[in-house]
Amino acid sequence: MIADNDITSTLQEKVVAAIADQQPLNIMGGGSKAFYGNTTTGIPVQVAPHTGIIAYEPSELCITARAGTRLQDIEALLAANGQMLAFEPPCFSPDSTIGGVVASGLAGPARPWSGSVRDHVLGVKLITGYGKVASFGGQVMKNVAGYDISRLITGSMGTLGLILEVSLKVMPRPATELTLTLDLPSQEAFELVTTMRNSTLPLSATCYFDGCLYLRLSGVASHVVASHRKIGGEPLNNPDQFWEALRNQTHEFFQQYDRPLWRLSFPSSANVISRLEGNSLIEWGGSQRWVYTNIPVNLIRNIAHKGEGHATVYRGSLPGVNPFHPLQPNMLSVQQRLKQAMDPHSIFNIGRMYKDW
Amino acid sequence: MKTSAAPHNLLFQQLADILPQDAILTAKEDLHPYECDGLTAYRHLPLAVVLPTTTEQVQLIVKTCSRLKIPVVARGAGTGLSGGALPHEGGIVLSLARFKQIMEIDTVNLHARVQPGVRNLAISQAVDHLGLFYAPDPSSQIACSIGGNVAENSGGVHCLKYGLTVHNILEIKVVTIDGELLIIGNDRLDTPGYDLLALMTGSEGMLGIVVEVLVKLTVKPETVQVLMADFAMVNDAGDAVAAIISKGIIPAGLEMMDNPALRAAEDFIHAGYPIDANAILLCELDGTEDEVSEQVARVSAILKEYRAGTIHIAKTAAERARLWAGRKAAFPAVGRISPDYYCMDGTIPRKHLAHVLQKINDFSQTYALGVANVFHAGDGNLHPLILYDANRPGELEKAERFGADILALCVKVGGSITGEHGVGHEKLDSMCVQFGEAELEVFHAVKRAFDPDELLNPGKAVPTLHRCAELGAMHVHHGQLSHPELPRF
Repeated sequence: MIADNDITSTLQEKVVAAIADQQPLNIMGGGSKAFYGNTTTGIPVQVAPHTGIIAYEPSELCITARAGTRLQDIEALLAANGQMLAFEPPCFSPDSTIGGVVASGLAGPARPWSGSVRDHVLGVKLITGYGKVASFGGQVMKNVAGYDISRLITGSMGTLGLILEVSLKVMPRPATELTLTLDLPSQEAFELVTTMRNSTLPLSATCYFDGCLYLRLSGVASHVVASHRKIGGEPLNNPDQFWEALRNQTHEFFQQYDRPLWRLSFPSSANVISRLEGNSLIEWGGSQRWVYTNIPVNLIRNIAHKGEGHATVYRGSLPGVNPFHPLQPNMLSVQQRLKQAMDPHSIFNIGRMYKDW
Repeated sequence: MKTSAAPHNLLFQQLADILPQDAILTAKEDLHPYECDGLTAYRHLPLAVVLPTTTEQVQLIVKTCSRLKIPVVARGAGTGLSGGALPHEGGIVLSLARFKQIMEIDTVNLHARVQPGVRNLAISQAVDHLGLFYAPDPSSQIACSIGGNVAENSGGVHCLKYGLTVHNILEIKVVTIDGELLIIGNDRLDTPGYDLLALMTGSEGMLGIVVEVLVKLTVKPETVQVLMADFAMVNDAGDAVAAIISKGIIPAGLEMMDNPALRAAEDFIHAGYPIDANAILLCELDGTEDEVSEQVARVSAILKEYRAGTIHIAKTAAERARLWAGRKAAFPAVGRISPDYYCMDGTIPRKHLAHVLQKINDFSQTYALGVANVFHAGDGNLHPLILYDANRPGELEKAERFGADILALCVKVGGSITGEHGVGHEKLDSMCVQFGEAELEVFHAVKRAFDPDELLNPGKAVPTLHRCAELGAMHVHHGQLSHPELPRF
């Protein structure tokens, strides 16, 4: 049972007071992603008690919930209706909130095929940097009235407004899923996935770890079975457990804490970068690569650059290093102006994404 | 905005330094083709039209205009339906029509790099032999350009399954008002910092000028099947749509037409529509052979359950094309039965379809104007076509009020005033119905962050607070406020 608890007015009072006192806030959901990005020193504002489903009708393919509603509660509700959040957001703790999902913009294994978090965001209700409650987007798939603030907010780490409610597109669960494993050297795995992308195979997730390629197929039974015949490979037992461990980072690969964990984002065709290969796990058809390394920051960011990618310190702090990839000067200035426009009193999660703003 | 003659001469001189003679139009007869876009009810002549061919030229033009404080209205193919490309009388039109090149097709990463003047359909045609296509397909796709699609976040009949423009572009290059070239997005699955790609998409030329687009290409499905079902009751058709989707089927396209619309289309295209039906549904299913045949069986069963009359499955590709041709030609078809029509573009949660259609019929009685409805049923995007005759005094104004009532109704049931046509010049007043001061304040702040002097497409898309306040006051004063229960300020 999801509690129906509207604390909008309390939250708004806090924002209005913060504006008056020029005292920045630290917006908190379930706290499960506190490790991600920079820390911010503002006064904590707890959004987690702000819970409840505002609207959910399966035939509308949309759910609207208060930001503090727990992700796992929403997923259970959707599952009971044969639906899901197709971008598979990670649930790092039972306390993870749907507001945190949207604010962080983190998606799971299905991302390349199902779309990103923002691809599924239809609307948000915010407390703005002017201390007002404002609604953008809505519950409909198509909506081009006004600037797309709801998708802009997605992944902004709480720096542009306090999220009160989100409306997300939901999708039917696939009828059948099958995960295949193939023991392959990395180069061959890479080439196989590349050819599969340019096909109608019902691929919905990939992972390459420890010499093994995992391929998840999702769709109607006949298509999945036929695809298995085409691809070969061994069906994996307990596939849900595997993908969930990957998604929520409880998989053994993610249990190393002696070095920082980097996340590298590449174009799908970027070939495996051998010097980072040692302790790595590759997802998203080659586009998302996880690496534990102590090599210097400049070096890893240069390597990322050469592969036309970018590198994020995902977990583990490095003194003096911004976790997110530096922005080009002209992009930096546009983003700072946007932050200034939407948060003119500098109260929302200052420095959470990039130092000082 | 009033400007004196002197800056114009200065402007023309400086433009002449940037562009060859044939790329600057200033003679009245040359300006006329640019006086409006697809919404022909509003027309203005600009000071000049410029037709650059390079990004550097666009940067220099914008720098010049920025220095001289001359408004710049970017224009693609001019097929927009909301007056987004309506010129500013004191400004120039910057046409991207000469940016026509498909620069790169990448079959490994499945994307194409194109210039903004490339037509939407030309992209799919260029990659057809590779088994690929560009998914968003607005009905104007033969003519509309990709730059305009980005500015409007265009949809189309296939966006239920394949998404809107915002879901199908990866990177854009944008010239900002200070003449800088900004690269937004990339060919990866994410970008550091704020998602400016989403913000720019659908921003109607108010934040920057798109000079290059990297679009995502999609692998063509193995099989496509189109079903047509006729209904005696419009409500049943609406319920069938909800049932198909709640059973976990996402059709590639799911379209509805009411009797006046399907009749007009049938007369025009001879698509084979049953002219006695009160509504028809067109449902396209795509995927592998097995997948599609399974879905055809499931959809047919649902349609029967909701009292469809005949369920017709297209037997050949030609027949499929004909069934869609009727739908895609619905606007011109309606143009044949009425001297003028006014196309609306509201979206609603699907569950309110029957209620909204009933209310539209009521409005139609009240205003004594006919209406034909075509509907992207799958995604709740309604296109009522209001029939009127502009030669009859007062009829255009009546049609506009009818339209505004429909949009207010869409907002009231939880929808939006525009699903895919944009706000442009046309729906500024309706914006005041959908948004209050808190939202408009943020929109204006965003605009200021990109364009502090309001030179890019000024006066479009986002109404001033003053305009909304006046409108509210005026409507209340005349006792004509459509929905006094709506919160305004």
